[in-house]
Amino acid sequence: MIPELGHFALIAALVLSLMGMIVPNVAIRRGDTRMMALADPIAFGQFLLVAIAFGALTYSYIISDFSVVNVAANSHTAKPLLYKISGVWGNHEGSLMLWILILSLFAAAVALRGSALPLRFRARVLSVQSMLLVGFLLFIIFTSNPFLRLDDVPFEGNGLNPLLQDPGLAFHPPMLYLGYVGLSVVFSFAVAALIEGEVTPLWARWVRPWTLAAWIFLTAGIALGSWWAYYELGWGGWWFWDPVENASFMPWLAAGALLHSSIVVEKRDALKSWTILLAIVAFSFSLLGTFLVRSGVLTSVHAFAVDPARGVFILAFLALVIGGSLTLFAWRAPRLSPSGLFGLVSRESALVLNNILLSTFAAVVLVGTLYPLILEAVNGSQITVGPPFFEYAAIVLMSPLVVALGFGPLLAWKRGRISKPLQILVPALIVGLVVFWAVIWKSAGGIVMTGMGIGLAIWLMVSVMLEINDRTGFSKKPSAFFKRARSVPRASWGMSFAHFGLAIVILGVTVSEAWTEEVLRLMKLGDTARVAGYDFTLEGVKPIAGPNYTAVRAAFLVTKRGHPVARLAPEDRVYSDPPMNTTEAGIQPLFVGDLYAVIGENAGEGLWSVRLYFKPFISGLWLGAGFMVIGGLISLSDRRQRVGAPSGRRRRRKLPLQLEP
Amino acid sequence: MTGFARYIPILVVVGLLLVFLKMMGDGRNPKEIKSVLIDKPAPVFVLPALEEGGAGISNADLQTGKPMLVNFFASWCVPCRAEHENLMKLAYEKGIPIIGIAYKNDAAKAREFLDELGNPYAKTGLDRDGRTGIDWGVTGVPETFLIDGEGIVRYRHWGPIAGDTLEQRLVPKMEGLQ
Repeated sequence: MIPELGHFALIAALVLSLMGMIVPNVAIRRGDTRMMALADPIAFGQFLLVAIAFGALTYSYIISDFSVVNVAANSHTAKPLLYKISGVWGNHEGSLMLWILILSLFAAAVALRGSALPLRFRARVLSVQSMLLVGFLLFIIFTSNPFLRLDDVPFEGNGLNPLLQDPGLAFHPPMLYLGYVGLSVVFSFAVAALIEGEVTPLWARWVRPWTLAAWIFLTAGIALGSWWAYYELGWGGWWFWDPVENASFMPWLAAGALLHSSIVVEKRDALKSWTILLAIVAFSFSLLGTFLVRSGVLTSVHAFAVDPARGVFILAFLALVIGGSLTLFAWRAPRLSPSGLFGLVSRESALVLNNILLSTFAAVVLVGTLYPLILEAVNGSQITVGPPFFEYAAIVLMSPLVVALGFGPLLAWKRGRISKPLQILVPALIVGLVVFWAVIWKSAGGIVMTGMGIGLAIWLMVSVMLEINDRTGFSKKPSAFFKRARSVPRASWGMSFAHFGLAIVILGVTVSEAWTEEVLRLMKLGDTARVAGYDFTLEGVKPIAGPNYTAVRAAFLVTKRGHPVARLAPEDRVYSDPPMNTTEAGIQPLFVGDLYAVIGENAGEGLWSVRLYFKPFISGLWLGAGFMVIGGLISLSDRRQRVGAPSGRRRRRKLPLQLEP
Repeated sequence: MTGFARYIPILVVVGLLLVFLKMMGDGRNPKEIKSVLIDKPAPVFVLPALEEGGAGISNADLQTGKPMLVNFFASWCVPCRAEHENLMKLAYEKGIPIIGIAYKNDAAKAREFLDELGNPYAKTGLDRDGRTGIDWGVTGVPETFLIDGEGIVRYRHWGPIAGDTLEQRLVPKMEGLQ
């Protein structure tokens, strides 16, 4: 009964979203404001119905109702509750349900902010959002219905891929989807602006919090995914340039570029058509990611069951949404002429440079991801594009970005002078260069890149601090720091946090890539192996039983110069349904780096194959991502983001004077 | 953005969509890596028989003038069980000779596997350490090669011959040879 209720709710949601797509446009044509206002309750209704459908599916998973095909194929009674729930989105149909849940949630959120947006514009935005919902609902109902029943009810389900049975992965997809789908709002805003034929600084302010929210979720989602790969896949890697990873990285880059370019639209009424294009492209990347995962066009560890019918549907949808919006863009772009002009050395120029580098990087990742596909389509040869290509691009494009990043926030709008930031940043430049030379000097030969990476990271960190100092006048009058710090807009603090986070990530990547130590060997009980000055002693190996797996768990004692540092307990698990091996690395993060141990096969005669690593400062990756997320949240909490919310008189008066990234 | 520049995004997208359409249309499996052996002589191999005291197999067994299949299998491989029924059908209903190669398998266990499910193979060799598999470019079991009567590889089937892959992919290739 419950699954039928869910099925019915899906169909009702389709009807309502068709209404949501058509009604506002009719209303705008007629100039009927009461009819336009209907867009809000329709959006709430859509969300309610989709939430009911999603709830019905989740319920079927929790009670293990194997009469539902989807549950039987992906769940199992012996799974812990958390994985029964996360199993809902651990498969094709369920992940689409999560997708539309979030899509309708965002539409409802737009409606809820209500008075912040003019009625006519809001109605336009919600009608575009409804159109997206129609597409996805049709897709679900006709090709991927999660509520189909089985006549012959199996006694037990097939279980969830054991690799996905992990807390990190339980939350990774929802985070990423919040990011992907968050960009749908940005897309709807852009399309609505194109239809209306005008992009104003106000538009940029409306769209900014949505971009920021999507970017925060993407950052967190990508970080969670890489953290999962790091400890679950068991060989210490955290990023593989897999097509689907790239598919999440491209929207992140585009959203990052959009965050910066929309500032120029807001402050200076320039870069308008470029910003609209970025908004469309960012969401297109999200859709492309969905397509690549499900159509079976590319090989990936993330691929769900491949079904050409689904592929054709998504392709058609892609053509309609991306093709349609870009055609609209080509038609309307000439109307979006900029009014603000700016000099070559100015904050605007710095932001343009940021945009050029970020979007070039996104384009390079796109080419690298699709090149094998295009080549195969052209002449049938199969190749793969490996990490060296992407890493080279990252170094070439991100290095100038980081250098410019130190200067950007210190430049004046409109027409700045390079001498001002230069004066302020001299210490950062010196520190960065000194560190660069120190690294090269200390371990001469072949590590110029390492020196450069660390030098850049330090340069950026010091620049951020000098910029804060400049803003708050800390060195001139330390006692007034807190008072002045409070008057600095939160958006600026957010920027500083996010930029600092980027510096930490660069440091983490560079240091861990350069100085990771790895030992592979066979050990028996009592053996000790030395890795980077740490002694790993294998103290025991014993079999254990989990709820739906059996495993061997090793016990390592790690000491340094005789002093105990940590105990590690890596596991090698064998799941029963479906049968599969997974490794659970034993990891102990220390301040200087991670101790990382993996237990492998029993090689006979009491010998176990083990892999031991010392990964210096790898936590910097996730620490840095954490800084970026916090920076984003601080910026999101800035009053001015809440357009339409009552703002204090003092702030309103200050508005034109505020300098902001 | 005025002039021609504003059409660039849409043109790029149309191009990409056409590529996607083409790639989806040919029904390929993206996980499948093309075999470099197609239309080339089968790699040289000599393997001991799986049965105790049986005669071993070698390239000479491929040049009988009649098309045949070479199937890499293992008792530890689950998809091999899935395709076994189809192999039996091919051998006993369609009369196709199949040469089995037990890949990285314990001889006793491989024999047990055939005792349990039935033996579709005309001859069976044992590739204990997987060296022959490497020469043939086997990426995993099961993999099946279609050899014409002259010992030339004509088709490589990646993964199990299960479901409708038998009728849709393998049978047409075999009919093409006869």
